[in-house]
Amino acid sequence: MKQVKFSKYSTQDKILVGTGYALIGLFVLAIIVPVIYIIVASFMDPVTLQNKGITFDFSKWTLTAYERVMTNSQIWVGFKNAVIYSVVFTVVSVAVTLLCAYPMSREDFRGRKFFNVIFMITMFFGGGLIPTYLLISNLGLLDSMWAVILPGAFSVWNMTIARTYYRGIPQDLREAADVDGANELVFFFKILLPVCVPIIAVLALWQFVGMWNSYFDAMIYLNDSAKQPLQLVLRSILIQNQPEPGMIADMQSTAQRAQLAELLKYATIIISSLPLLVMYPFFQKYFDSGIMAGAVKG
Amino acid sequence: MKQKKEEAGLHNSLVYVRQHWQLYVCFLLPALALTIIFKYIPMGGILIAFQDYNPFKGILGSKWVGFKSFTRFLSSPDFMSYLVNTLKLSVYGLLWGFPVPIILAFLLNRIQSKGIKKKVQLMLYLPNFISVIVLCGIVRIFLSVTGPVNLLLGTQINFMTMPQAWRTIFIASGIWQGAGWGSIIYTAALANASQDLREAAVIDGANIFQQIKVVEWPAIKDVVIIQFILQAGNIMSIGFEKAYALQTDLNLASSEIISTYVYKQGLISGDFSFSTAVGLFNTIINVILLVSVNKIVARMNEGQGL
Repeated sequence: MKQVKFSKYSTQDKILVGTGYALIGLFVLAIIVPVIYIIVASFMDPVTLQNKGITFDFSKWTLTAYERVMTNSQIWVGFKNAVIYSVVFTVVSVAVTLLCAYPMSREDFRGRKFFNVIFMITMFFGGGLIPTYLLISNLGLLDSMWAVILPGAFSVWNMTIARTYYRGIPQDLREAADVDGANELVFFFKILLPVCVPIIAVLALWQFVGMWNSYFDAMIYLNDSAKQPLQLVLRSILIQNQPEPGMIADMQSTAQRAQLAELLKYATIIISSLPLLVMYPFFQKYFDSGIMAGAVKG
Repeated sequence: MKQKKEEAGLHNSLVYVRQHWQLYVCFLLPALALTIIFKYIPMGGILIAFQDYNPFKGILGSKWVGFKSFTRFLSSPDFMSYLVNTLKLSVYGLLWGFPVPIILAFLLNRIQSKGIKKKVQLMLYLPNFISVIVLCGIVRIFLSVTGPVNLLLGTQINFMTMPQAWRTIFIASGIWQGAGWGSIIYTAALANASQDLREAAVIDGANIFQQIKVVEWPAIKDVVIIQFILQAGNIMSIGFEKAYALQTDLNLASSEIISTYVYKQGLISGDFSFSTAVGLFNTIINVILLVSVNKIVARMNEGQGL
């Protein structure tokens, strides 16, 4: 959108817009300051951190916290599981969603309205926690990664977004393909998908981030500690205050252990959040187009 | 005559399905199967809410007890407290949280330089990519007795044990995490605001409030309404994950909401029937809310709901 030059605003508008900039600056600060605090704190030594908070005396910074967290095997098991679950979930979920959205996007598809109702109902009504748990248990999926992957793999919401996106694609493509006598699968994979990269990127990112950051399903379905994803390991360290015993066992007094446990939290936060925080800026260019596709439908 | 038409219609459908079998088998079936197995079968499982369910006997072998679980929940002294906690948390969350992304979008829209705008947006999106556990971990560390907030204030207040502070903590951290990301949808809608209208308004000497009223608000009004209906309709399905991660034994007076109660009753205490009944109660209220909000908004908005 073309903007009016700031200098051309009236005095009243200048004050307004200036206040607006200040507000947004404050919001950005509210995000940056805690992040910087956490980064700096992760390099402190436990005693100073507890008594004085952070200091910018670089000579006293240490990597103790990182060494202790990174030599802990449970964190790495969590990372490995989180990567597996998130990748498999993303692939399955995006595939099922994109496939289903194709017939649902076609005006001529017989039964479209019926299937639409079937899908929409699940957005507003469901069996709830216990019936779903009992089903998973009866299927023998407890302690299996499919328990956290399959139930949420098909997202009706994402399907409607993909469907809207398909509908925005020029009909000529379809007609050109018909002339060539391409069948549906060939058309879908060879012609439709290649022009849907923005929406695929957005859906994949959402699903990946959603799985990576969730813990509830894993908490109820996966008891075996070898199968727990990162968020459950983080939960014991950050929420339940129970770091892996090995991380702090060499400390003599309870007070020392408590101080060290507090310090380890900062390093844990940094290490565990880094992958996504490094990844998301690369997807920024897809955010607007993807979300807009959803907004049009509503 | 009519019957013949129906037969012809059925025949056409069969021909269509035979010709386009791929659409059903390759495209639709995986999603349909997942939906039936993981969404519709559990709906059948709701029956155990009306039973004294015994996992060893299954649904067929367990005793039917009618509305016993529901009356037990509705007449328990804690019922009102959980319901009120749930409603307060989500209504206040909606009232405080809903306007912030819209305001952010208006502000972002006034940033002149595209490069700066992009960088600001990137910063605003950052908290969205932090997990619930890490967010709640940060909140707990910052608000702990020895944490930075107390160091800064020179006090030793244990915020996480105060029921009166809990909702504020929950809602404020939610805005911190979600407002930037939530603004995308409005920013995108604002980008579609009519250029001509805007130029005309500027030439006519409209000030910022007038420009917002004539140019920007009409561009995002529909999106705002849709977002409001969706969020208001989900008032009872407020997330379990964050509430549970911010709970401590001492703040339960305001932090125990229906979803955390369902979890504790069902999977920690193993009271399957009761937990299912409470969950069903929650779902039904949610459906009623969604339908009413949609009706009310439709009436205010000249018949345009969802």
